[in-house]
Amino acid sequence: MSWFKRSKENINTRTEEKNNTPDGLWEKCPNCKKTLQSKQLRKNAYVCMNCEHHLRIGSEEYFELLFDEAEYDEIAGNLISGDPLEFVDTKRYPDRLRDTMKKTGLNDAIRAAVGNINGFSTVVCAMDFSFIGGSMGSVMGEKICRAIDYCLENHYPLLIISRTGGARMMEGALSLMQMAKISAKLTLLAKARIPYISLLTDPTTGGVTASFAMLGDLNISEPGALIGFAGPRVIKETIGRDLPEGFQQADFVQEHGFLDFIVNRKELKDRLYKTFRLLMVTKVEA
Amino acid sequence: MMSNHIFDFERPIAELEKKLDEMRKTAADNGVEMEAEATLLERKVHDLKNNVYSNLSRWQRVQVSRHPERPYALDYIQHISEEFIELYGDRTYRDDKAMIGGLARVNGQTVMFVGQQKGRSTKDRQFRNFGMPNPEGYRKALRLMKMAEKFGIPVISLIDTPGAFPGIEAEERGQGEAIARNLMDMSVLRVPIICIIIGEGASGGALGIGIGDRVYMMENTWYSVISPESCSSILWRSWENKEEAAEQLRLTAEDNLRLKIIDGIIKEPLGGAHRDPQAAYQAVREQIVADLTRFAGADPDELIQARITKFTSMGAYIEKSEKEPVASS
Repeated sequence: MSWFKRSKENINTRTEEKNNTPDGLWEKCPNCKKTLQSKQLRKNAYVCMNCEHHLRIGSEEYFELLFDEAEYDEIAGNLISGDPLEFVDTKRYPDRLRDTMKKTGLNDAIRAAVGNINGFSTVVCAMDFSFIGGSMGSVMGEKICRAIDYCLENHYPLLIISRTGGARMMEGALSLMQMAKISAKLTLLAKARIPYISLLTDPTTGGVTASFAMLGDLNISEPGALIGFAGPRVIKETIGRDLPEGFQQADFVQEHGFLDFIVNRKELKDRLYKTFRLLMVTKVEA
Repeated sequence: MMSNHIFDFERPIAELEKKLDEMRKTAADNGVEMEAEATLLERKVHDLKNNVYSNLSRWQRVQVSRHPERPYALDYIQHISEEFIELYGDRTYRDDKAMIGGLARVNGQTVMFVGQQKGRSTKDRQFRNFGMPNPEGYRKALRLMKMAEKFGIPVISLIDTPGAFPGIEAEERGQGEAIARNLMDMSVLRVPIICIIIGEGASGGALGIGIGDRVYMMENTWYSVISPESCSSILWRSWENKEEAAEQLRLTAEDNLRLKIIDGIIKEPLGGAHRDPQAAYQAVREQIVADLTRFAGADPDELIQARITKFTSMGAYIEKSEKEPVASS
């Protein structure tokens, strides 16, 4: 009699489907399913070496990618959400927040920071989709407003990187009002003639699209990003038919006139630097 | 008289009113004096109404806000203006029937109305796209508001929408951009803006004409980031929890006043605006006239500064002290 009983006949995971290898040495491209070496992927700005798919990354990765020597100071990092509605769905909102903070190590779905992009001081706000779907609540509104104040005080340009499902339901009308709050605040930046670039990444939908993400002096995007007001599922349910190929993807949005350009993430830093510099240093010695 | 559309919670009232009618009819037919009894019953109806309508749940308020006989934007405009000329088109693509607007005179003052318009008959509802504007609707409203700015005319915005239209063409023409543009440009419009939610105030579709120096809700309306049905389908994965979602969203006029999102509540006649439209028109007109007087001759720069301060102050957040660990307790 054998000591061990084999519960499954064979190992039935195919090698290329294997995930979660130790030490995070490997990652799998969600688009082409190819296994990629993490170190190389990072060097490649988290763009798949095989198919050029732009993997979803968060604030930390963008800050490292954009700021010289990956050095930056965070702005208003200590803001956390209140619970104005005492909202309860399948969980109490404060519990959901606490659990998400623990899981992600983040305080909310957006971080703001100031640093240099090729020596050019810039304020960057970047969203984390891992924090309740990158949803916009009071903290996002206030953080962006303080980032704008920082821009106004120092005459630094602003970049906001959106990756979000839209407004955060658990803050009800207050989250809706963050659309108004940020849009109103952006008028001050416009008045001071300080450039604001909005980078829409995969996905950017809902109340964020219907406010500051579409209000950049330049609205730009990464290849393949889903960008829209209503999500594809809602539209499909409303009209009762399938959506056309490529609908709401970056190319589509650019073709319809709402994006200034689409930029590969590997060229993002350089392109941002050049754009900001053209807008802010309007005369140099020839 | 009861309306043709009776909600479940109105049934006891309807039954009592029917009884009263029958009593009056019997009395008249048989020449019997029953006035004392009738008066007593009438008082009972009144008390019951008072009791029912002052204790509506949040979901019941949502139902009243959608009552098919409720006055819509054009009803208000026609009844509170001395003159009205409707204006059409966004000058870019086409005229959106779900968004109406035009020049009017209220209490002698020229104003610019904008607002979402719902339809009453099946055909009319379709014609108005159920009050769901496309991008051209928001651009039409902005065009009219810019015209108002040019001529120094106050803007009055009447909000009543189940949301901006989620369709293929709406996305192609930039629904998000259209609403966003309105939020920014309304923030710095150099004339007074008065917003009144007269029915449904659903999310970005409502906010797209909702940036004002004064924002009011009528008593039986709702205003939130999402409809209770959609909220239920996202958070509970089913439409069945819409009543619970309505509770959690805190979407009534009272809730929004407490959250400092609106500046005041306009009282409705007992049972809702549709029970006595004339009284509803009167209440809305009084509020508009009061605000037109308040803002008469206001300095545009001060107006804009106050408007920006009003909206940038909204939010509920905590400044965590640096020493405290991130995810304590």
